[in-house]
Amino acid sequence: METYRPGSHRCERLVGDVTPEDRPDVVVGAVAASVPRVSVVRLEAVVALLGRFPALAGVDLDVSAGEVVLIQGPNGAGKSTLLRLCAGLLRPESGHAEVLGLDLATSRAGVRRRVGLLGHDTALYDELSVRENLEFWAAASRVDRSAVDPALDRLGVSRRLHDVAVSKLSAGQRRRVALANVVVRRPELWLLDEPHAGLDQSGRDLVDDLVVDAAQAGATVLMASHELDRTVDLASRTVVVAGGMVVADRVSGSGRAVAGEGESRVH
Amino acid sequence: MFTDARLVAAKDLRIELRSRVTASQVVPFAGLVLVLFGFALDANKPTLDLATSGLFWVTVLFVSLMAVQRSTAIETTDGARRALLLAGVEPGAVFLGKATAVAAQLLAVEVVLIGGIVVLYNATIEEPALLIATCVVATIGIASAGTLLGALVAGVRARETVLPILMLPVLAPVLLGATRAFDDALGSVAVNGWSWLAMLIGFTAINIALGVLAYGVLLEET
Repeated sequence: METYRPGSHRCERLVGDVTPEDRPDVVVGAVAASVPRVSVVRLEAVVALLGRFPALAGVDLDVSAGEVVLIQGPNGAGKSTLLRLCAGLLRPESGHAEVLGLDLATSRAGVRRRVGLLGHDTALYDELSVRENLEFWAAASRVDRSAVDPALDRLGVSRRLHDVAVSKLSAGQRRRVALANVVVRRPELWLLDEPHAGLDQSGRDLVDDLVVDAAQAGATVLMASHELDRTVDLASRTVVVAGGMVVADRVSGSGRAVAGEGESRVH
Repeated sequence: MFTDARLVAAKDLRIELRSRVTASQVVPFAGLVLVLFGFALDANKPTLDLATSGLFWVTVLFVSLMAVQRSTAIETTDGARRALLLAGVEPGAVFLGKATAVAAQLLAVEVVLIGGIVVLYNATIEEPALLIATCVVATIGIASAGTLLGALVAGVRARETVLPILMLPVLAPVLLGATRAFDDALGSVAVNGWSWLAMLIGFTAINIALGVLAYGVLLEET
Protein backbone atom coordinates (compact mmCIF):
# COMPACT_ATOMS: atom_id res chain seq x y z
CA MET A 1 0.00 0.00 0.00
CA GLU A 2 1.42 3.36 -0.97
CA THR A 3 1.43 6.16 1.54
CA TYR A 4 2.17 9.82 1.65
CA ARG A 5 5.49 10.76 3.23
CA PRO A 6 4.68 13.43 5.84
CA GLY A 7 6.64 16.62 5.49
CA SER A 8 7.94 15.86 2.02
CA HIS A 9 5.52 18.42 0.59
CA ARG A 10 5.22 16.46 -2.58
CA CYS A 11 3.62 13.21 -3.48
CA GLU A 12 5.88 10.23 -3.63
CA ARG A 13 5.27 6.59 -4.19
CA LEU A 14 6.95 4.73 -1.36
CA VAL A 15 5.81 1.14 -1.36
CA GLY A 16 4.05 -1.17 -3.76
CA ASP A 17 3.30 -0.90 -7.40
CA VAL A 18 -0.41 -0.31 -7.83
CA THR A 19 -1.45 0.30 -11.39
CA PRO A 20 -4.59 2.08 -12.61
CA GLU A 21 -6.11 -1.32 -13.25
CA ASP A 22 -5.99 -2.04 -9.52
CA ARG A 23 -8.54 0.69 -8.82
CA PRO A 24 -10.46 1.32 -12.03
CA ASP A 25 -13.30 2.80 -10.00
CA VAL A 26 -11.37 5.83 -8.90
CA VAL A 27 -8.30 6.29 -11.08
CA VAL A 28 -9.24 8.70 -13.82
CA GLY A 29 -7.78 11.26 -16.16
CA ALA A 30 -4.75 11.33 -18.39
CA VAL A 31 -2.33 12.19 -15.59
CA ALA A 32 -3.79 9.65 -13.17
CA ALA A 33 -3.20 6.87 -15.67
CA SER A 34 0.53 7.59 -15.79
CA VAL A 35 1.26 8.68 -12.21
CA PRO A 36 1.48 6.18 -9.35
CA ARG A 37 -1.45 6.37 -6.95
CA VAL A 38 -0.75 7.95 -3.58
CA SER A 39 -3.55 8.31 -1.06
CA VAL A 40 -3.87 11.89 0.15
CA VAL A 41 -7.20 11.29 1.87
CA ARG A 42 -8.09 7.88 3.18
CA LEU A 43 -11.24 7.51 5.23
CA GLU A 44 -12.57 4.16 6.38
CA ALA A 45 -15.96 4.00 8.12
CA VAL A 46 -15.36 7.42 9.64
CA VAL A 47 -17.95 8.80 12.04
CA ALA A 48 -17.72 12.45 13.10
CA LEU A 49 -20.03 14.23 15.50
CA LEU A 50 -21.25 17.81 15.55
CA GLY A 51 -22.28 18.01 19.17
CA ARG A 52 -24.19 14.76 19.53
CA PHE A 53 -25.32 14.64 15.93
CA PRO A 54 -23.43 12.21 13.69
CA ALA A 55 -22.79 14.55 10.76
CA LEU A 56 -20.63 11.86 9.17
CA ALA A 57 -22.04 8.39 9.70
CA GLY A 58 -19.47 5.96 8.32
CA VAL A 59 -17.73 7.63 5.40
CA ASP A 60 -15.42 5.66 3.13
CA LEU A 61 -13.32 7.71 0.76
CA ASP A 62 -9.95 7.35 -0.93
CA VAL A 63 -8.54 10.33 -2.81
CA SER A 64 -5.26 10.15 -4.68
CA ALA A 65 -2.68 12.87 -5.13
CA GLY A 66 -3.51 15.26 -7.95
CA GLU A 67 -7.20 14.36 -8.10
CA VAL A 68 -9.91 16.99 -8.29
CA VAL A 69 -12.93 15.60 -6.50
CA LEU A 70 -16.35 17.21 -6.52
CA ILE A 71 -18.36 16.53 -3.39
CA GLN A 72 -22.02 16.79 -4.15
CA GLY A 73 -25.15 16.34 -2.11
CA PRO A 74 -28.20 18.05 -0.66
CA ASN A 75 -28.05 20.65 2.10
CA GLY A 76 -27.12 19.07 5.42
CA ALA A 77 -25.69 15.98 3.75
CA GLY A 78 -22.32 16.38 5.49
CA LYS A 79 -20.24 17.96 2.70
CA SER A 80 -18.87 20.82 4.81
CA THR A 81 -18.29 18.48 7.74
CA LEU A 82 -16.34 16.16 5.47
CA LEU A 83 -14.11 19.07 4.36
CA ARG A 84 -13.62 20.20 7.96
CA LEU A 85 -12.68 16.68 8.95
CA CYS A 86 -10.11 16.52 6.14
CA ALA A 87 -8.73 19.89 7.31
CA GLY A 88 -8.06 18.40 10.74
CA LEU A 89 -10.65 20.57 12.43
CA LEU A 90 -12.79 17.64 13.56
CA ARG A 91 -11.75 14.52 15.40
CA PRO A 92 -13.06 11.26 13.97
CA GLU A 93 -15.24 9.60 16.56
CA SER A 94 -14.62 6.17 15.09
CA GLY A 95 -13.17 4.59 11.98
CA HIS A 96 -9.78 5.36 10.46
CA ALA A 97 -8.96 8.73 8.92
CA GLU A 98 -5.67 9.60 7.28
CA VAL A 99 -4.87 12.85 5.49
CA LEU A 100 -1.52 13.52 3.81
CA GLY A 101 -0.23 10.37 5.44
CA LEU A 102 -1.07 11.58 8.96
CA ASP A 103 -3.59 9.96 11.26
CA LEU A 104 -6.36 12.42 12.12
CA ALA A 105 -6.84 10.80 15.52
CA THR A 106 -3.33 11.78 16.61
CA SER A 107 -1.78 14.30 14.20
CA ARG A 108 -4.42 16.88 13.33
CA ALA A 109 -2.07 19.82 13.95
CA GLY A 110 0.34 18.46 11.36
CA VAL A 111 -2.45 18.12 8.81
CA ARG A 112 -3.75 21.64 9.36
CA ARG A 113 -0.48 23.29 8.40
CA ARG A 114 -0.53 21.61 5.00
CA VAL A 115 -4.11 22.12 3.88
CA GLY A 116 -5.95 25.20 2.66
CA LEU A 117 -9.61 25.47 3.60
CA LEU A 118 -12.04 27.92 2.10
CA GLY A 119 -15.15 27.62 4.24
CA HIS A 120 -18.32 29.64 4.50
CA ASP A 121 -16.48 32.10 6.76
CA THR A 122 -13.72 34.23 5.27
CA ALA A 123 -11.61 34.58 8.47
CA LEU A 124 -10.88 38.22 7.66
CA TYR A 125 -10.71 41.01 10.22
CA ASP A 126 -13.02 43.86 9.23
CA GLU A 127 -10.89 46.67 10.67
CA LEU A 128 -7.68 45.62 8.92
CA SER A 129 -6.89 46.29 5.31
CA VAL A 130 -6.83 43.54 2.70
CA ARG A 131 -3.02 43.49 2.71
CA GLU A 132 -2.77 43.59 6.52
CA ASN A 133 -5.14 40.64 6.78
CA LEU A 134 -3.21 38.51 4.33
CA GLU A 135 0.15 39.52 5.78
CA PHE A 136 -1.08 38.53 9.23
CA TRP A 137 -2.22 35.11 8.04
CA ALA A 138 0.98 34.66 6.02
CA ALA A 139 3.11 35.40 9.09
CA ALA A 140 0.92 33.14 11.24
CA SER A 141 1.31 30.34 8.68
CA ARG A 142 5.10 30.91 8.37
CA VAL A 143 4.74 31.92 4.74
CA ASP A 144 6.79 34.72 3.15
CA ARG A 145 4.74 37.93 3.04
CA SER A 146 5.99 38.60 -0.46
CA ALA A 147 3.46 35.99 -1.63
CA VAL A 148 0.56 38.26 -0.69
CA ASP A 149 0.51 40.75 -3.57
CA PRO A 150 0.87 38.14 -6.33
CA ALA A 151 -1.95 36.11 -4.75
CA LEU A 152 -4.23 39.14 -4.67
CA ASP A 153 -3.33 39.91 -8.27
CA ARG A 154 -4.06 36.30 -9.18
CA LEU A 155 -7.57 36.64 -7.73
CA GLY A 156 -8.17 39.88 -9.56
CA VAL A 157 -8.23 42.05 -6.43
CA SER A 158 -7.24 45.41 -7.81
CA ARG A 159 -4.25 47.24 -6.29
CA ARG A 160 -6.43 50.12 -5.14
CA LEU A 161 -8.21 47.71 -2.79
CA HIS A 162 -5.08 46.32 -1.15
CA ASP A 163 -5.01 49.06 1.49
CA VAL A 164 -8.78 49.31 1.95
CA ALA A 165 -10.39 47.97 5.14
CA VAL A 166 -12.07 44.61 4.59
CA SER A 167 -15.31 46.02 6.06
CA LYS A 168 -15.60 48.20 2.96
CA LEU A 169 -15.47 45.28 0.52
CA SER A 170 -18.45 43.66 -1.14
CA ALA A 171 -19.24 40.02 -0.36
CA GLY A 172 -17.72 38.94 -3.66
CA GLN A 173 -14.53 40.91 -3.07
CA ARG A 174 -14.27 39.40 0.41
CA ARG A 175 -14.58 35.96 -1.11
CA ARG A 176 -11.77 36.71 -3.56
CA VAL A 177 -9.53 37.89 -0.72
CA ALA A 178 -10.34 34.72 1.24
CA LEU A 179 -9.37 32.65 -1.80
CA ALA A 180 -6.15 34.65 -2.12
CA ASN A 181 -5.47 33.70 1.49
CA VAL A 182 -5.61 30.03 0.50
CA VAL A 183 -3.35 30.69 -2.50
CA VAL A 184 -0.73 32.36 -0.26
CA ARG A 185 -0.44 29.15 1.80
CA ARG A 186 0.23 27.01 -1.31
CA PRO A 187 -1.40 24.00 0.32
CA GLU A 188 -0.92 20.41 -0.71
CA LEU A 189 -4.62 19.72 -0.22
CA TRP A 190 -7.20 22.34 -1.22
CA LEU A 191 -10.56 22.07 0.53
CA LEU A 192 -13.04 24.40 -1.11
CA ASP A 193 -16.55 24.72 0.28
CA GLU A 194 -18.82 26.37 -2.28
CA PRO A 195 -15.89 28.27 -3.83
CA HIS A 196 -18.09 29.91 -6.50
CA ALA A 197 -20.63 31.26 -4.02
CA GLY A 198 -21.08 35.02 -4.13
CA LEU A 199 -18.72 35.52 -7.06
CA ASP A 200 -19.45 37.18 -10.38
CA GLN A 201 -18.75 35.47 -13.69
CA SER A 202 -15.08 36.51 -13.84
CA GLY A 203 -14.61 35.41 -10.22
CA ARG A 204 -16.11 32.01 -11.00
CA ASP A 205 -13.79 31.61 -13.96
CA LEU A 206 -10.85 32.53 -11.72
CA VAL A 207 -11.85 29.82 -9.25
CA ASP A 208 -11.93 27.29 -12.10
CA ASP A 209 -8.49 28.42 -13.24
CA LEU A 210 -7.16 28.16 -9.69
CA VAL A 211 -8.39 24.60 -9.39
CA VAL A 212 -6.83 23.73 -12.74
CA ASP A 213 -3.52 25.32 -11.73
CA ALA A 214 -3.51 23.65 -8.32
CA ALA A 215 -4.12 20.23 -9.82
CA GLN A 216 -1.48 20.72 -12.48
CA ALA A 217 0.99 21.77 -9.79
CA GLY A 218 0.41 18.41 -8.11
CA ALA A 219 -1.99 19.48 -5.38
CA THR A 220 -5.20 17.63 -4.59
CA VAL A 221 -8.54 19.42 -4.57
CA LEU A 222 -11.75 18.50 -2.74
CA MET A 223 -14.54 20.84 -3.64
CA ALA A 224 -18.11 20.92 -2.34
CA SER A 225 -20.39 22.70 -4.73
CA HIS A 226 -23.93 23.00 -6.01
CA GLU A 227 -22.62 24.53 -9.26
CA LEU A 228 -22.77 21.22 -11.06
CA ASP A 229 -22.69 22.64 -14.56
CA ARG A 230 -19.22 24.09 -13.96
CA THR A 231 -17.67 21.71 -11.48
CA VAL A 232 -18.64 18.34 -12.91
CA ASP A 233 -16.62 19.21 -15.99
CA LEU A 234 -13.74 20.51 -13.88
CA ALA A 235 -13.48 17.50 -11.57
CA SER A 236 -12.12 14.11 -12.40
CA ARG A 237 -14.47 12.43 -9.99
CA THR A 238 -17.76 13.10 -8.26
CA VAL A 239 -18.54 11.83 -4.79
CA VAL A 240 -22.16 12.06 -3.71
CA VAL A 241 -22.79 12.47 0.02
CA ALA A 242 -26.17 12.00 1.65
CA GLY A 243 -27.09 11.44 5.27
CA GLY A 244 -23.45 11.66 6.30
CA MET A 245 -22.36 8.82 4.02
CA VAL A 246 -20.84 8.47 0.57
CA VAL A 247 -23.63 7.05 -1.55
CA ALA A 248 -22.01 7.29 -4.98
CA ASP A 249 -18.48 7.67 -6.29
CA ARG A 250 -18.05 8.01 -10.01
CA VAL A 251 -15.86 9.38 -12.75
CA SER A 252 -17.20 12.72 -13.86
CA GLY A 253 -17.03 15.04 -16.86
CA SER A 254 -13.76 15.45 -18.67
CA GLY A 255 -11.64 15.83 -15.57
CA ARG A 256 -10.38 19.01 -17.20
CA ALA A 257 -8.21 20.04 -14.26
CA VAL A 258 -6.48 16.70 -13.96
CA ALA A 259 -6.21 16.07 -17.68
CA GLY A 260 -4.52 19.41 -18.17
CA GLU A 261 -7.06 20.84 -20.53
CA GLY A 262 -7.46 24.05 -18.60
CA GLU A 263 -5.42 26.11 -21.00
CA SER A 264 -7.95 25.66 -23.73
CA ARG A 265 -10.71 27.34 -21.76
CA VAL A 266 -12.00 30.55 -23.32
CA HIS A 267 -13.22 33.18 -20.83
CA MET B 1 5.73 31.00 20.95
CA PHE B 2 6.57 34.62 21.80
CA THR B 3 6.85 35.58 18.13
CA ASP B 4 3.31 34.32 17.54
CA ALA B 5 2.09 35.98 20.75
CA ARG B 6 3.55 39.31 19.58
CA LEU B 7 1.90 38.84 16.20
CA VAL B 8 -1.53 38.20 17.75
CA ALA B 9 -1.20 41.05 20.25
CA ALA B 10 -0.13 43.51 17.54
CA LYS B 11 -3.07 42.43 15.40
CA ASP B 12 -5.60 42.86 18.23
CA LEU B 13 -4.19 46.26 19.20
CA ARG B 14 -4.20 47.42 15.60
CA ILE B 15 -7.85 46.38 15.31
CA GLU B 16 -8.56 48.27 18.52
CA LEU B 17 -6.80 51.40 17.29
CA ARG B 18 -8.76 51.28 14.03
CA SER B 19 -12.15 50.70 15.66
CA ARG B 20 -11.45 53.19 18.50
CA VAL B 21 -13.87 51.29 20.75
CA THR B 22 -11.71 51.80 23.85
CA ALA B 23 -11.32 55.52 23.24
CA SER B 24 -14.84 56.29 22.14
CA GLN B 25 -16.91 53.86 24.24
CA VAL B 26 -14.97 52.14 27.01
CA VAL B 27 -13.23 55.18 28.48
CA PRO B 28 -16.43 57.29 28.56
CA PHE B 29 -18.26 54.34 30.13
CA ALA B 30 -15.58 54.02 32.83
CA GLY B 31 -15.72 57.75 33.47
CA LEU B 32 -19.51 57.64 33.79
CA VAL B 33 -19.38 54.79 36.29
CA LEU B 34 -16.87 56.74 38.37
CA VAL B 35 -19.01 59.88 38.25
CA LEU B 36 -22.19 57.97 39.19
CA PHE B 37 -20.45 56.30 42.16
CA GLY B 38 -19.32 59.78 43.15
CA PHE B 39 -22.89 61.11 43.01
CA ALA B 40 -24.15 58.17 45.04
CA LEU B 41 -21.61 58.61 47.85
CA ASP B 42 -20.85 62.32 47.67
CA ALA B 43 -23.15 63.14 50.60
CA ASN B 44 -20.89 61.09 52.86
CA LYS B 45 -17.29 62.14 52.12
CA PRO B 46 -15.58 59.77 54.62
CA THR B 47 -17.43 56.83 53.04
CA LEU B 48 -16.32 57.95 49.58
CA ASP B 49 -12.71 58.16 50.81
CA LEU B 50 -12.89 54.66 52.24
CA ALA B 51 -14.62 53.26 49.15
CA THR B 52 -12.39 54.88 46.49
CA SER B 53 -10.17 51.83 45.98
CA GLY B 54 -13.11 49.46 45.73
CA LEU B 55 -14.98 51.73 43.34
CA PHE B 56 -11.88 52.00 41.16
CA TRP B 57 -11.49 48.24 40.85
CA VAL B 58 -15.22 47.57 40.40
CA THR B 59 -15.10 50.01 37.49
CA VAL B 60 -12.04 48.20 36.09
CA LEU B 61 -13.91 44.88 36.34
CA PHE B 62 -16.87 46.32 34.40
CA VAL B 63 -14.51 47.65 31.77
CA SER B 64 -12.68 44.32 31.59
CA LEU B 65 -15.99 42.60 30.72
CA MET B 66 -16.32 44.86 27.71
CA ALA B 67 -12.69 44.38 26.67
CA VAL B 68 -12.86 40.59 26.94
CA GLN B 69 -16.22 40.41 25.11
CA ARG B 70 -14.69 42.37 22.28
CA SER B 71 -11.46 40.40 22.23
CA THR B 72 -13.47 37.17 21.96
CA ALA B 73 -15.74 38.59 19.26
CA ILE B 74 -12.74 39.49 17.07
CA GLU B 75 -11.98 35.79 16.61
CA THR B 76 -15.51 34.38 16.54
CA THR B 77 -17.26 36.76 14.16
CA ASP B 78 -15.92 35.41 10.87
CA GLY B 79 -14.32 32.10 11.73
CA ALA B 80 -10.87 33.45 12.58
CA ARG B 81 -10.52 31.03 15.52
CA ARG B 82 -10.64 28.12 13.09
CA ALA B 83 -8.18 29.87 10.80
CA LEU B 84 -5.75 30.32 13.69
CA LEU B 85 -5.82 26.56 14.22
CA LEU B 86 -5.27 25.95 10.50
CA ALA B 87 -2.39 28.40 10.42
CA GLY B 88 -0.65 26.32 13.06
CA VAL B 89 -0.32 29.13 15.60
CA GLU B 90 0.38 27.67 19.03
CA PRO B 91 -2.74 28.05 21.17
CA GLY B 92 -0.61 29.21 24.10
CA ALA B 93 0.72 32.01 21.91
CA VAL B 94 -2.80 33.02 20.90
CA PHE B 95 -3.70 33.18 24.60
CA LEU B 96 -0.65 35.26 25.52
CA GLY B 97 -1.18 37.61 22.57
CA LYS B 98 -4.85 38.20 23.25
CA ALA B 99 -4.32 38.61 27.01
CA THR B 100 -1.52 41.12 26.34
CA ALA B 101 -3.77 43.18 24.08
CA VAL B 102 -6.59 43.19 26.65
CA ALA B 103 -4.13 44.14 29.42
CA ALA B 104 -2.76 47.03 27.33
CA GLN B 105 -6.27 48.40 26.80
CA LEU B 106 -7.15 48.04 30.48
CA LEU B 107 -3.96 49.79 31.55
CA ALA B 108 -4.78 52.71 29.27
CA VAL B 109 -8.24 52.96 30.84
CA GLU B 110 -6.76 52.71 34.35
CA VAL B 111 -4.50 55.71 33.68
CA VAL B 112 -7.62 57.75 32.91
CA LEU B 113 -9.43 56.32 35.95
CA ILE B 114 -6.56 57.20 38.29
CA GLY B 115 -6.83 60.76 37.01
CA GLY B 116 -10.57 60.49 37.66
CA ILE B 117 -10.28 59.44 41.31
CA VAL B 118 -7.69 62.13 41.97
CA VAL B 119 -9.88 64.85 40.44
CA LEU B 120 -13.37 63.65 41.37
CA TYR B 121 -12.74 61.89 44.70
CA ASN B 122 -9.79 64.02 45.87
CA ALA B 123 -7.69 60.88 46.32
CA THR B 124 -3.98 61.31 47.11
CA ILE B 125 -1.36 58.84 45.98
CA GLU B 126 0.97 58.13 48.90
CA GLU B 127 2.82 55.12 47.48
CA PRO B 128 3.10 55.48 43.69
CA ALA B 129 5.28 52.36 43.31
CA LEU B 130 2.69 50.17 45.05
CA LEU B 131 -0.09 51.74 43.00
CA ILE B 132 1.68 51.13 39.69
CA ALA B 133 2.74 47.58 40.63
CA THR B 134 -0.83 46.75 41.72
CA CYS B 135 -2.27 48.10 38.48
CA VAL B 136 0.17 46.10 36.34
CA VAL B 137 -0.13 42.79 38.21
CA ALA B 138 -3.90 42.93 38.77
CA THR B 139 -4.50 43.94 35.17
CA ILE B 140 -2.45 41.04 33.82
CA GLY B 141 -4.40 38.73 36.14
CA ILE B 142 -7.75 40.11 34.96
CA ALA B 143 -6.72 39.92 31.31
CA SER B 144 -5.46 36.33 31.65
CA ALA B 145 -8.51 35.02 33.47
CA GLY B 146 -10.82 36.98 31.16
CA THR B 147 -9.17 35.73 27.97
CA LEU B 148 -9.38 32.14 29.18
CA LEU B 149 -13.05 32.49 30.14
CA GLY B 150 -13.75 34.29 26.87
CA ALA B 151 -12.49 31.23 25.01
CA LEU B 152 -14.56 28.98 27.27
CA VAL B 153 -17.83 30.73 26.35
CA ALA B 154 -16.91 31.40 22.71
CA GLY B 155 -19.11 28.58 21.47
CA VAL B 156 -22.01 29.40 23.78
CA ARG B 157 -24.98 31.09 22.11
CA ALA B 158 -25.65 33.57 24.93
CA ARG B 159 -22.00 34.27 25.66
CA GLU B 160 -22.58 37.99 26.28
CA THR B 161 -24.58 37.16 29.39
CA VAL B 162 -22.71 34.02 30.41
CA LEU B 163 -19.30 35.70 30.46
CA PRO B 164 -20.05 38.16 33.32
CA ILE B 165 -21.62 35.37 35.38
CA LEU B 166 -18.41 33.36 35.07
CA MET B 167 -15.92 36.20 35.13
CA LEU B 168 -16.99 38.23 38.14
CA PRO B 169 -16.74 35.39 40.71
CA VAL B 170 -13.41 34.24 39.26
CA LEU B 171 -12.05 37.78 39.53
CA ALA B 172 -13.27 38.28 43.11
CA PRO B 173 -9.77 37.58 44.52
CA VAL B 174 -8.35 40.31 42.25
CA LEU B 175 -10.98 42.76 43.44
CA LEU B 176 -10.13 41.94 47.04
CA GLY B 177 -6.34 41.99 46.68
CA ALA B 178 -6.13 45.01 44.40
CA THR B 179 -8.54 47.01 46.57
CA ARG B 180 -6.51 46.31 49.71
CA ALA B 181 -3.23 47.15 47.96
CA PHE B 182 -4.78 50.36 46.63
CA ASP B 183 -6.06 51.23 50.11
CA ASP B 184 -2.43 51.23 51.24
CA ALA B 185 -1.20 53.11 48.16
CA LEU B 186 -3.84 55.82 48.64
CA GLY B 187 -3.35 55.87 52.41
CA SER B 188 -7.05 55.42 53.07
CA VAL B 189 -6.78 52.27 55.23
CA ALA B 190 -3.82 51.04 57.26
CA VAL B 191 -3.03 47.68 55.63
CA ASN B 192 0.13 46.10 54.25
CA GLY B 193 -0.49 46.56 50.54
CA TRP B 194 2.66 44.71 49.50
CA SER B 195 1.47 41.45 51.03
CA TRP B 196 -1.80 41.81 49.07
CA LEU B 197 0.29 42.45 45.98
CA ALA B 198 2.09 39.17 46.61
CA MET B 199 -1.29 37.41 46.63
CA LEU B 200 -2.14 39.11 43.34
CA ILE B 201 1.13 37.90 41.82
CA GLY B 202 0.22 34.33 42.78
CA PHE B 203 -3.26 34.66 41.28
CA THR B 204 -1.85 36.13 38.07
CA ALA B 205 0.84 33.45 37.72
CA ILE B 206 -1.75 30.69 38.14
CA ASN B 207 -4.02 32.24 35.52
CA ILE B 208 -1.21 32.68 32.99
CA ALA B 209 -0.13 29.06 33.46
CA LEU B 210 -3.73 27.84 33.20
CA GLY B 211 -4.28 29.90 30.07
CA VAL B 212 -1.18 28.68 28.28
CA LEU B 213 -2.04 25.07 29.11
CA ALA B 214 -5.83 25.11 28.63
CA TYR B 215 -6.37 27.57 25.80
CA GLY B 216 -5.57 24.96 23.15
CA VAL B 217 -8.23 22.60 24.47
CA LEU B 218 -10.79 25.42 24.50
CA LEU B 219 -9.82 26.53 21.00
CA GLU B 220 -10.35 22.98 19.74
CA GLU B 221 -13.57 22.24 21.54
CA THR B 222 -15.56 25.47 21.24
